[in-house]
Amino acid sequence: MKIVNVTHGSFYALGAYAGASLTGVWLARGFPAPLSYLVLLVAAVAITLVFAPAIERGILRFMYAKDEVVILLITYALFLILEDVIKLIWGVNPYFIAEPYALLGSFQVAGMAYPTYNLLLVGLAVVFGGGLAWFLAGTRTGKLLRAVIHDPEVSRAMGVNVERFYLVTFTFGSLLAALAGAYTAPTVSVVPGLGVEVIVLSFAVVVIGGLGSLPGAALGAVIVGIVRSLSVHYLPQVELFVIYFVMAMVLALRPRGLFSLEEPRRI
Amino acid sequence: MPLALAAILLGVLAGGPWLPQWAMFIVTVAFARGLVALGLMLLLRAGLVSFGQALYFCLGAYAAGALGRFLGIGDIALEMLAGGAVAALAAFVLGFLLARYRGIFFGLLSLALSMILYGLLVKNEALGSTDGFNILRSTLFGIRPGADWVRYTVMGCAAVVSVGAALVVHRYLQTPLGRLAPAIKDNEIRVEYMGASARYAVHVKYVIAAALAGVGGALAATTVGHIDPDMAYWTSSGEFIFIAILGGTSNVVAPFAAALLYGLIHTTAYDLSPNTWQMSLGIALLLLIVFLPQGLFGRLGWR
Repeated sequence: MKIVNVTHGSFYALGAYAGASLTGVWLARGFPAPLSYLVLLVAAVAITLVFAPAIERGILRFMYAKDEVVILLITYALFLILEDVIKLIWGVNPYFIAEPYALLGSFQVAGMAYPTYNLLLVGLAVVFGGGLAWFLAGTRTGKLLRAVIHDPEVSRAMGVNVERFYLVTFTFGSLLAALAGAYTAPTVSVVPGLGVEVIVLSFAVVVIGGLGSLPGAALGAVIVGIVRSLSVHYLPQVELFVIYFVMAMVLALRPRGLFSLEEPRRI
Repeated sequence: MPLALAAILLGVLAGGPWLPQWAMFIVTVAFARGLVALGLMLLLRAGLVSFGQALYFCLGAYAAGALGRFLGIGDIALEMLAGGAVAALAAFVLGFLLARYRGIFFGLLSLALSMILYGLLVKNEALGSTDGFNILRSTLFGIRPGADWVRYTVMGCAAVVSVGAALVVHRYLQTPLGRLAPAIKDNEIRVEYMGASARYAVHVKYVIAAALAGVGGALAATTVGHIDPDMAYWTSSGEFIFIAILGGTSNVVAPFAAALLYGLIHTTAYDLSPNTWQMSLGIALLLLIVFLPQGLFGRLGWR
């Protein structure tokens, strides 16, 4: 949507908190643990539907005409607000839910134990990434969406309901973030500041890949993941440094990221 | 403008002894933040938003801190000089990379650079890791002021340096290079057709902004008496941007006035409800962008 959205980090955190607390309640009531995967999904969807449409309709839709930089500032402001909203709702104590993680056990790869849950996460990511790519390139709605992003005015003239596209796209994007948060929640302790961490990483990912490019984001994520694990393994002091160093290097060589199109210059 | 600046300097120096200690603290920190915002204003005039000015703020602070920690020097003037010099040098080098970018990429890349510094400082045991370290007690030209006068001395130095910097920037805005800023923001290709180099102009502005932020960082370090890596964190950059757009870009006093106002809001909001400080800041930022798009003192001028 040509929005660099800092609020995304908040949705990740919201998803994690909602997932952790709802699943916690679910398990405490003694409901069957295998269904907790479904509970995580429900939690993410619910929390997104509470916040995302309100933010898009209430604030963002008045801002689309503004500079990209101004929109960045606005989402930054929203991010600050949501950070405190999260603290007000869930407090500052960490949440743990290990059951969905422990339930699947682990299996052996080349003599090392690997948790099955992580494999599930990878699978989910591939399914969603592939599905999104197919949706954008292969379906009528996806093509319309790209047209709307490219030129909202002409799209509107062609009879496309641009407002609805914006609303649904923002909500769906936020839902992806919340889902990521919810399904990551069992593997970590959910604490305040979760959103900041993920947004700092995701920015590096999308900038390496090129803003607005799906294959770019996928490749960026792989690069950041590998670089980060290598650094944690060999030189843990420079973890954050290495990621941003890679990003700075990529930008120095390919000024707009790996998968980016040249933008025409205004004369 | 020079007269107004002189009046402010005289007012602060003469009125200082009557101010309570906490007020002097707020004023001094406002000068420090105002210096950073002054640099941001220079960049804003060219349409550039640096989301990583905390990088130079933090570099300046650590340069000042290193003087005390490794050489045993606590002199305010030397600390500010070191802070400004280190920051300017870093910006000169990084400027070759950053001056090529505009818009969102300039912002994100500068953010990345500041996070690199944060990442390095957090993992550096010799510089106190996440805890940071304390700054030596301030002296000025080898003289150690009495306990009651430390704050006043620091505030006086802050006022002198800030007014000096404001004056220099005011002059710079009237030079051909300074006047290029709005042109770069409007249409860079036309700037090139006129025979001027936009990249060079941006590079110069970037170095000036960094030097100002470095001095501000050193000043903040001696005032607070403690430094830690959070000074380079991106939320810290966000505060500076808030101050800069609160002030607007019409004149060189605006950033300082905005910084003082910010300090007062911060103190009050923290007093009223310490747990929702970020929320207050976020709401204020939203209202500001929607209802005061020009800043308090005008002429920010983006869509």
